[in-house]
Amino acid sequence: MNRFSFALRRPIQLIPVLLGISVITFILLQLTPGDPVRLMLGPKASQEAIDFVRARYGLDQPVLLQYFYYILNALRGDFGQSIAFRAPVGDVIVERIAPTTFLILYGLLISISLTLVLAVAAARNRGSWLDHIIRFICVAGVGVPSYFIGLLLIMGLCLRLKLFPVSGYGPTIVNNLWHLFLPALTIGIAVTPILTRNLRATFVQQMDADYATACRSKGLTERYIFARHVFWNSLLPTVNLLGVVVAFLIGGTVVIENVFNIPGLGNLLIRAVLTRDYFVVQAVAFILAVGVVISNFVVDLLTALLDPRVKL
Amino acid sequence: MSTTKESPDLVRVEDLAMDFATEYGTVSALRGVSFSLKAGEVLGIVGESGSGKTVACRAILRLIADNAKVKAGRILFEGEDVLAMDEAALGQMRGEKVAMIFQNPSTHLDPIMAVGRQVAEGMVMHQGATWRDARKRAVSLLEDMQIKDAPRRATAYPHELSGGMRQRVMIAAALACRPQLLIADEPTTALDVTVQAQILELLRRIRRERNLSIILVSHDLGVVAEMCDRVVVMKDGAVVEVGPVEQILNRPVAEYTRRLVASQPSLLPPARPIEKATGAASYLEVKDLEVNFYPGESLLSWAMRKPPQIVRAVDKISIGLRKGGSLGIVGESGSGKSTIARAIVGLVEPERGSIGIAGESLSAGLGHRQPQQLRKLQMVFQDPFMSLNPAFTVARTLAEPLREQSICVESEIPRRIQELMGKVELPLTLLGRKTTQLSGGQRQRVGIARALAMEPEILIADEVTSALDVTIQAQILGLFERLRRELSLTLILISHDLAVVRYLCEDVAVMRHGRLVEYGATDAVLGAPQEEYTRQLIAAIPQLSRHLQAEKVVPFRVECRSI
Amino acid sequence: MALSSRERRLASLRRLPPTLLIGGALTAIWVAFAIFAPFLTDYDPIKVDVIQALKPPGPDHWLGSDAIGRDIFARIVYGARYDLAMAFFGVVGPIILGTAIGLAGGYFGGRIDSILMRILEVTVSFPYFVLVIAIVAVIGPGLKGYFISLTLVNWVSYTRLVRSQVLVLRSADFVLAARGMGFGHLRIMLFHILPNAIIPSVVFVMTDAVLAIVLGSSLGFLGLGVQPPTPEWGAMIAEGQTYLTSAWWIAIFPGIAVCSLALGLSLVADGLARLLNTGP
Repeated sequence: MNRFSFALRRPIQLIPVLLGISVITFILLQLTPGDPVRLMLGPKASQEAIDFVRARYGLDQPVLLQYFYYILNALRGDFGQSIAFRAPVGDVIVERIAPTTFLILYGLLISISLTLVLAVAAARNRGSWLDHIIRFICVAGVGVPSYFIGLLLIMGLCLRLKLFPVSGYGPTIVNNLWHLFLPALTIGIAVTPILTRNLRATFVQQMDADYATACRSKGLTERYIFARHVFWNSLLPTVNLLGVVVAFLIGGTVVIENVFNIPGLGNLLIRAVLTRDYFVVQAVAFILAVGVVISNFVVDLLTALLDPRVKL
Repeated sequence: MSTTKESPDLVRVEDLAMDFATEYGTVSALRGVSFSLKAGEVLGIVGESGSGKTVACRAILRLIADNAKVKAGRILFEGEDVLAMDEAALGQMRGEKVAMIFQNPSTHLDPIMAVGRQVAEGMVMHQGATWRDARKRAVSLLEDMQIKDAPRRATAYPHELSGGMRQRVMIAAALACRPQLLIADEPTTALDVTVQAQILELLRRIRRERNLSIILVSHDLGVVAEMCDRVVVMKDGAVVEVGPVEQILNRPVAEYTRRLVASQPSLLPPARPIEKATGAASYLEVKDLEVNFYPGESLLSWAMRKPPQIVRAVDKISIGLRKGGSLGIVGESGSGKSTIARAIVGLVEPERGSIGIAGESLSAGLGHRQPQQLRKLQMVFQDPFMSLNPAFTVARTLAEPLREQSICVESEIPRRIQELMGKVELPLTLLGRKTTQLSGGQRQRVGIARALAMEPEILIADEVTSALDVTIQAQILGLFERLRRELSLTLILISHDLAVVRYLCEDVAVMRHGRLVEYGATDAVLGAPQEEYTRQLIAAIPQLSRHLQAEKVVPFRVECRSI
Repeated sequence: MALSSRERRLASLRRLPPTLLIGGALTAIWVAFAIFAPFLTDYDPIKVDVIQALKPPGPDHWLGSDAIGRDIFARIVYGARYDLAMAFFGVVGPIILGTAIGLAGGYFGGRIDSILMRILEVTVSFPYFVLVIAIVAVIGPGLKGYFISLTLVNWVSYTRLVRSQVLVLRSADFVLAARGMGFGHLRIMLFHILPNAIIPSVVFVMTDAVLAIVLGSSLGFLGLGVQPPTPEWGAMIAEGQTYLTSAWWIAIFPGIAVCSLALGLSLVADGLARLLNTGP
């Protein structure tokens, strides 16, 4: 059977996870202190208005039914009403998906490029001063908070040298490649140490693997062995890590969008938490989790492409 | 198998000395090793783990680990010093003139590259062949290695092939550029005996057809005797003895070689029944035992009420032992022999069938058995590295069962532990050591002592010696034989090695695919096997005895005693 | 090869990874700062003194003062108490919960394990930080919210580490031997499996403490962590954000504090990993 047929089957397997995500976000809202509807409509709302909204979101029903209504409404893109924006949550979110997605993909691109360069340089020169420096950067880099990197970049490149804008989001892709370069660089730098350490370790481990020794015994050059055997074998564990990295990047954007003031989901999430706009918190958490699920799906596809042993 | 005396040496290793830098200082791996090989010759290097045989043969290709350092010596290939070659000359020698095959074909092939390409890449790199051309030649080479349906197999990945097939692929890749010398490092150790015989046959054929010189490295004197003209015996990084096979086997000079030859399981005397062993033919009675495994059972399949997939590991097997008797269960990997052992001990719950001791029926799972029943049945395990808790000391390992199962009163525990150590011939100084600080043989003895702490009547030994060096194996087997006699133990021995079973067991059961193929008195079964599969198993064992002068040693098959 | 265990122990002491020693020293300095904060400075980290506002580093204020005249150095050494607490106690909840679940699930297997694994799968589907924030939103900002949300989110790391070990160990020969000798499940889990399954978690726990510090200070930076006026490094950096050009010291010194403590911990993590992975 075609091993890629799972590209079709796999989405069906994702349904339980999506349901799980909806359960958790639902529970989160259930646990919030106070009455979310009253919060949503404000203190001056009439009892009729409250009852009307309750009925509309099924909040006057038993918990299980409430969950059912929640799913039904979510499928229609209705996540309730935002207090702060006085607009449907769905509308508030939709226009903020693009900046965040752009930022994550851009950051991913930057971190992957950095990682490949650093890890290959370190592994191919194992034990040299270059390797030690890269190693130290990675050990030290894990503990540098991304918002601090962002502030340093703003201080150096925006305020002093005035090379980049301090904040904002532009209208076109090309414009944003420039506008969002610093934020993307920041979140890229933040995940690079972990990725580099991982990939370097894998490279080194694979260079010592039995099959690499066998290749050497066949008289193949180190360069060829690295390019054709070691590299591709090492990529597998790192690709698997990418799903986690995307989740990490999403966390990073939440912080960085606030540092650079980018109108994305992360910015929205923090504002919503601070203003107790619970329906927005719930919806953003849901959307971002779906983003992780999608990226994991892509990672699975990539793994299957790279590894003939994978059958799903 | 003759060698031309006049021809110059193809390989000469002179006084090679190598050190390894480890966490705890340098360790010398080789201390002045010298040997040579003439063109067309097959040289065996025999030694136990740590003897330096693999380090020495890899050094011929300058496959030297990063932490290793050559202290002295030369390695001449066709008169040129391998250790002094530049990268280009080295790259040319590797693969074009000297090739190597390794012990574990599943890790020595790139898991994500089609095997045909792995055979072909040497041709492209060394001979400048085009990929298309190299591929064609690779396929015909695979055909020559007796891989059926080679054009299709060439596009397969290693995990899609069996162990024997992977070893054939590795041989094909080694031969891709028609080298003069093939270094084979334990080429059959990871394989089942019947497959091992096929691979040895293949090596013999390619040697004949291609006039290849071979250096065969092995821990197994039997394999070396089958294949080689001359043998180098190594121990602790030094050459102990060099000579023709017949001489090494029949007139060994060095004390160590004598011990090595005497430890070969196929040369050990056959089992004798215990005199005290008495009557009742069914002390341990296993009837119609059936064990199933259900792989792939998940929450989803449970929720969807799918019928489970069934693998029948043990299929309606009945065996019986009298008190003090000994039974060997023999089979290749996946035959279900270990599963029977685990079902008897209670670690695996059988689907059907009964297990009884002295007429008393045992419950299926461990949880349902009485402590008294548990104590009677104890098991000794295969892997010395995983059979003892790495976090425990030896003393704690032995004290735990004594205390937890109230075998004796607290005050008596130290004395009991000393007794147990004595039984398995271990010095009391080891008691304070962590189990990770013991050698393989010592661990196995502790494992036996731990089982004996429960004062069992039936001891089940699951491949207890298969991970050990042959001289250690002989000692452990001797220990089992002694304990069996002194403690009147009833013994079940699980092994892939017929020779080991012959030494310890009066009865033998041959298993395949979960079924009993043949079952009876060891002498009868091995002397006159009724089934084709048993015959294959016997034939696959390297026959050391054929190289021995008849009057010196009892040959394996000819002499059959009756009980 | 024949070294006595005493020699081995001595040799391994001498060979302690240098990163472990340097990292340990750096961490120890911060611990000392946190404990002896009142002896290191006379300033009150909370007291407002508008006259002293926005003073650059100098003899009066070693590291300068902030917008409402509080001494940065005092706020940093007192703040070490909160950030160290976040690092150390931030990993305690997850490691206990995660190890227990991983141990039980991996050992018993079956349907309970399957259900636990589905919960784990869903939990890791959320971006770590987003779920923490969402839970903080429910519980409310502050140390309590931080500890609870971190425990609820981060148990998965330890469950995965422990469970993958347990799955191998539960069919290891010494565990089978223990079962064959009739020992109870609790004894086997606690004495035979846990000591051997915990090692990767011990290596990870230091790295995790680094992540906890980064996370905790990020929450502080976003206003969701320790609430002002309590001196916490992340919150201090946030306060300095608006003065980047005029009074850089307000944000930079707490930033260096976070980085150096995190560096100390990750050096310890690195050394620990080397020690435990290469040791006998």
